[in-house]
Amino acid sequence: MSEHIVSPKLYILIFVTLMVFTGTTVYAATVDLNQYFAGLNVIVALVIATCKATLVVLFFMHAYYSTKRTQLIIIAGVFWLAIMLFMTLGDYASRPWDTH
Amino acid sequence: MEQQKESATLGMWIFLATEILFFGGLFLTYTINRHTYAQVFAVSSRTIVLKWGAINTVVLIGSSLTMAMSVWSAQVGKKKLVTIFLILTLVLGTVFLGIKAVEYHDKYVEHHIPGLNFDMYYCIDNPSACDLSGKALEAEKAELEDLTDKVGGSVAVNAHSQLFFSLYFGMTGLHALHMIVGASLLIWLTKESFKGRFTPEYNTPVENIGLYWHFVDIVWIYLFPLLYLIDRH
Repeated sequence: MSEHIVSPKLYILIFVTLMVFTGTTVYAATVDLNQYFAGLNVIVALVIATCKATLVVLFFMHAYYSTKRTQLIIIAGVFWLAIMLFMTLGDYASRPWDTH
Repeated sequence: MEQQKESATLGMWIFLATEILFFGGLFLTYTINRHTYAQVFAVSSRTIVLKWGAINTVVLIGSSLTMAMSVWSAQVGKKKLVTIFLILTLVLGTVFLGIKAVEYHDKYVEHHIPGLNFDMYYCIDNPSACDLSGKALEAEKAELEDLTDKVGGSVAVNAHSQLFFSLYFGMTGLHALHMIVGASLLIWLTKESFKGRFTPEYNTPVENIGLYWHFVDIVWIYLFPLLYLIDRH
């Protein structure tokens, strides 16, 4: 497999998109979204952050053009993180006796 | 050569996978405590300055762009541009750390550093020391009094907000440490780049340190909303 070279045009396009997302997340934080749905502010902030992170991984870090083996490592890293987060939080959430 | 390059990238990603879990543990701790002490964490979070966090986000994503451009320059054989973009990345990284230092200093002045002299009420007791006056002071007072009633006393407020600031300094501090390591690597890269070492055939160090730099950027992409943003409304 020959190396893929990402063009500066695409890099700049990604950068501009990331800036738009940053502006959006700052604006969204000033609006009370929790009145529509409890915790919506957090959800919106994290969804935007995840979109930004995905763009960085795919294009700045070239994961989109990487070999399948490298992509597997990336997915495994995120998957292990998900195990840690969801199993621990699930444990905390399902302990009615532990009311702090 | 192609295979060598592929294994280097693969190895770098395995290292980054361990880094994901390293930071992941802190994010998990933050989530649990933030959920448990939501009201105190909200008020504590509002004392850090949104403007600095937002500027730093722009600066750091900008440095990711220049880092990516440096990789591109090496891939197409523009040796001078590699050096220029590496230096730009280093400058932006240093600006980020400088702004972080200003923020840490503000926290020091406001007695928001956990441990010695920590006091959430310091600013409303000594408004001139924190540049507080007029309506901002009244709002701050009202907010803290309201919080004290809800939580059940100033001891609890101080205890739980020290937890917030411990996590704030722990997470941003670990991130800043990664930035310092990254900046040191960039200095070495710049030195090598001056010698014209990076070419379309050999640019693995630029590519891999680039991966590290982007990873540190991603950590900040999550730290910014979690620490600065979600209690602003």
